[in-house]
Amino acid sequence: MITIENVSFRHGKAPVLKDISLTIEKGGITALIGPNGAGKSTLFALMARLLPLQTGRITFDELDVRQSPSRELALKLAILRQITSIASRITVREMIGFGRFPHHRGRPGNHDREKVGEALEMFDLGDLSGRFIDELSGGQRQRVLVAMAYAQDTDYLLLDEPLNNLDMHYARDLMKQLRSLADTHGKTIVVVLHEINYAAAYADRIIALKDGTVAAQGKTADFMTEKTLSAIYNMEVRIRELDGKLIALHHA
Amino acid sequence: MHPSTRRFPSTTIRWSIGLTGLLAGLILTSFAIGAANIGLLDLLQTPEGLELFLISRVPRTLAAFLAGASLAVAGVIMQMLARNRFVEPATAGSAECAALGLLAVTMLMPTSSIFLKMIVSSGAAFAGTAVFLALVQRLPPSQPLLVPLTGIVYGSVIAAITTFIAYENDLIQYLSIWMNGEFSGVLQGRYELLWAAGLVALVAYLYADRFTIAGLGRDAATGLGLNYRQVLIIGLSIVALITSFTVITVGMLPFVGLVVPNIVSRFHGDNARRTLPLVALLGGILVLASDIAGRLLRYPYEIPAGTVFGVVGTGVFLWLLFARPVHAR
Repeated sequence: MITIENVSFRHGKAPVLKDISLTIEKGGITALIGPNGAGKSTLFALMARLLPLQTGRITFDELDVRQSPSRELALKLAILRQITSIASRITVREMIGFGRFPHHRGRPGNHDREKVGEALEMFDLGDLSGRFIDELSGGQRQRVLVAMAYAQDTDYLLLDEPLNNLDMHYARDLMKQLRSLADTHGKTIVVVLHEINYAAAYADRIIALKDGTVAAQGKTADFMTEKTLSAIYNMEVRIRELDGKLIALHHA
Repeated sequence: MHPSTRRFPSTTIRWSIGLTGLLAGLILTSFAIGAANIGLLDLLQTPEGLELFLISRVPRTLAAFLAGASLAVAGVIMQMLARNRFVEPATAGSAECAALGLLAVTMLMPTSSIFLKMIVSSGAAFAGTAVFLALVQRLPPSQPLLVPLTGIVYGSVIAAITTFIAYENDLIQYLSIWMNGEFSGVLQGRYELLWAAGLVALVAYLYADRFTIAGLGRDAATGLGLNYRQVLIIGLSIVALITSFTVITVGMLPFVGLVVPNIVSRFHGDNARRTLPLVALLGGILVLASDIAGRLLRYPYEIPAGTVFGVVGTGVFLWLLFARPVHAR
């Protein structure tokens, strides 16, 4: 379980997050949505210990983000950031192998190599395994980073807009893979998403941030109402049901 | 075994074998030439010859190799810490700060031991490089060439201050010895600090994975549970020690830390665990080759190895910048 208690954050004088408290149950996919500037990425960075907490507390099970050693947290949660510009020439296999670093601390064993092989296969990267990542397309690189986070083999997986750079095909594949990680591997996944329909189709729970506060949260079916979405995005959003799925019509 | 499950690709192994062979050839060549025009076999047959061999030719050869190998390693580490391919100790103010520290000790405590000199100049190099890294963090990441430019300006400012102080105190001669790498003065008993530089480069290998991960950026490194600050300090220390040891013993050899890692990266990537041995080997080979060339070009006079390397290195570097990228495997 992830607990966020009374977390506020300021950038200079401007408040970005205002006294946020949330609990995210273990298991399943939780989508974090909201308009630009709502504070999603800041909350993500605080959860991922990429920014120091100013006030409040965040825990993953028994691990307090502020107090636990980073290497211990790395065995509990894997993160994937939105902007990951990697200039290094590292092969796909080596890169995914670094996902195992928290486990082997520099001395990979057979189990680590097996995990890397598994990640390569699962994310359809076998053919690219010997390529340098600076030679890949944006979408391929994104898959490598997700595979790396998967290889880290943690209970919690935090992803900040992982669908960036992915075309429809791979975006859907990735969401399906996250779904199966949650369903068959029992992972707890928190994913910041821009497109509400991906959240509607794949998430178990949705949390919406707006102006640094929690604007709404709930199970996906309960969350997806015209009233809620229209209020969050300050525009009219219609919702239709198609083949048993709720779809938000917001683009036209 | 499937080729991709091997720990090292076969090209890396082929390069290692080829470079080791080349190194052996260069070492023999370096042993065989010197201002005293005596062939290697004749030299080893008389006691005086053997003495000359052990006091002058062996140390000179080792010094060139050790300086080249460790400077190249320092270059790779700088590049990973700054996350920029175009930096090295000579374009980041490290060498200039080492010289400034050395000058300060020489002036304030003329009788100080080599050990104290080493400590002060390493400390100055550490501080200078840390300031450089703090400076370039403020530069926009979309403009990678600003980083080496800033380093060159920064280094030049420190060099100017150092030169002024040296000029006022009649110590310019020292300064030119520290800043121009050459090996003609290397004798037994006067180069051993370079073994320490080599040792430091070896220690760097223990942290290879951590440097590579730090090179992925602070966020990625934190996500993998790396203590980024600690790795930064270890890396800076390694760079500072290697730089100051080289400056004290043979003088600065610019371009080594820049050209060698870039050549290796081009063909073998940036995974330090895999590339550091190649970087060290190639660095040692190129500096030794430069020294040999410098000894032969105007025989029996000499051209400093640093000058030879500078000329060849610039050419190689331009080629690297403009040539098409190579693919892995």
